[in-house]
Amino acid sequence: MERTILHSDMNNCYASIELLHHPELRGKPLAVGGDPERRHGIVLAKDELAKKAGVKTGMALWQARQLCPEITFVPPRMDLYLRFSHMAHEIYGEYTNQQEPFGVDESWLDVTGSCSHHGDGLAIAREINRRIKRELGVTVSIGVSWNKIFAKLGSDYKKPDAVTVIDRENYRNLVWPLPVEDLLYVGRATQRKLNQHGIRTIGQLAQADPEYLKTRFGKMGYVLHRFANGEDQTPVSFSNEAAPIKSIGNSTTTPRDLVNGEDVSVIVYLLAESVSARLREHHFVGQVVELYVRDTDLSSMTRQKKLAAPTNITREIAGAGMELFRCHYHWNRPIRSVGVRVTQLLLDHVPVQMNLFCDQRGRDREHRLDVTVDDIRRRFGFFSIQRGVAYRDRTLSSLNAREDHVVHPRGYMERGNLTGA
Amino acid sequence: MSEEVRCKVYVEVGAVFRPEGTMRPVWVRWSDGRKFAVDRVKHCVRAASRKAGGVGLRYTVMICGRETYLYYEENYRWFVEAKT
Repeated sequence: MERTILHSDMNNCYASIELLHHPELRGKPLAVGGDPERRHGIVLAKDELAKKAGVKTGMALWQARQLCPEITFVPPRMDLYLRFSHMAHEIYGEYTNQQEPFGVDESWLDVTGSCSHHGDGLAIAREINRRIKRELGVTVSIGVSWNKIFAKLGSDYKKPDAVTVIDRENYRNLVWPLPVEDLLYVGRATQRKLNQHGIRTIGQLAQADPEYLKTRFGKMGYVLHRFANGEDQTPVSFSNEAAPIKSIGNSTTTPRDLVNGEDVSVIVYLLAESVSARLREHHFVGQVVELYVRDTDLSSMTRQKKLAAPTNITREIAGAGMELFRCHYHWNRPIRSVGVRVTQLLLDHVPVQMNLFCDQRGRDREHRLDVTVDDIRRRFGFFSIQRGVAYRDRTLSSLNAREDHVVHPRGYMERGNLTGA
Repeated sequence: MSEEVRCKVYVEVGAVFRPEGTMRPVWVRWSDGRKFAVDRVKHCVRAASRKAGGVGLRYTVMICGRETYLYYEENYRWFVEAKT
């Protein structure tokens, strides 16, 4: 049976919620921006008027002000946005239990099962659109289709406050003329590669030979070909099932630019502490450490390293991170953001091959030390015990990496490749 | 959705919680100290107040013979849409 899938996207989510709560600011351009004091001074979200003036997400606040002098900045209130997200999920939940959030403001809903009593996809989409407006005071754009990819394209097709149906009759006219980079998983690099092969629209991608795409893009070639043809079979997951954790990571934009190895080590240790504490909390050990670095020009690199033995020891994770850093970063520019991630997780009680040539007793001691620090922090607060390295620069080490970051966007293929390719 | 801007004023409210889990406002105290009985609750829906700026449970109530809205905001505070 053909599925009926909705993708609902709250329009300018953060900005709309702020405008709802600040009636006096309506009709003026507005941006939600981070705390300029702590240099998280970028535009997180903007309203229609600011968008028209050319303000983009990710811009520094001063750049936005140059483009749009009359703009108002309001600091973000993440807890409020999360409550709105929760209220929207409650409404969606009245139509289906197959509801999968994609970030704070987007959700896929599989309403195949409720079409018999709520009406077809279009009717349900219109009802949800109307209810969100009335009950939450913000607008949503909803795409309706038989697969998740086209449903998402549908919600992007017309904004704000719209419903777009993409069915088997109209998809060639609606979807195929769109630029190929509108497709999920076509980022800047893939777009460039596709463009080089003369593929500029989703339609051209759909009509390309999948075997040829395979030679250029590997397995993803098949996946992209399916996406473009509406053949993606990835299910909308059930609301109550959590995806298995595949990696644990953390990244931060630093309170000031990092200019030398010592600065970087303060941050890498801080992140490694947060990551390893979460690994221990969930009883994981990881085998691969990944380091992410973004410079002041916003160009970034990611490097991975496989460890000799699976670990959740702070010092080993930080050490691997710093080793990656020393090997691969050449200081062309100062650094703005750093991330540490551990992947290829195993449960910490799974037996592993011991290594004769490493000091296992020392590792055990180190692990006990980490656990003790976790316990002290749990009882007396994060800043009650700090590494010596954190005292080299109190500004840099003032961030509590573990508690400052709670929202993690999830990957489309977090549960593996279920596209059918 | 009227765009007339009203003032959002948080007020003190007395409420009754029934054993089946519903909640009903019984009196409201204005910021100037005057206290009014809620004569009747006509209706309760989740709704956004575009006028005052807020979201929550909207109680349509009768106070002194006049119909007005009382909002129980999602941050657990009560507000009214006051004329500016």
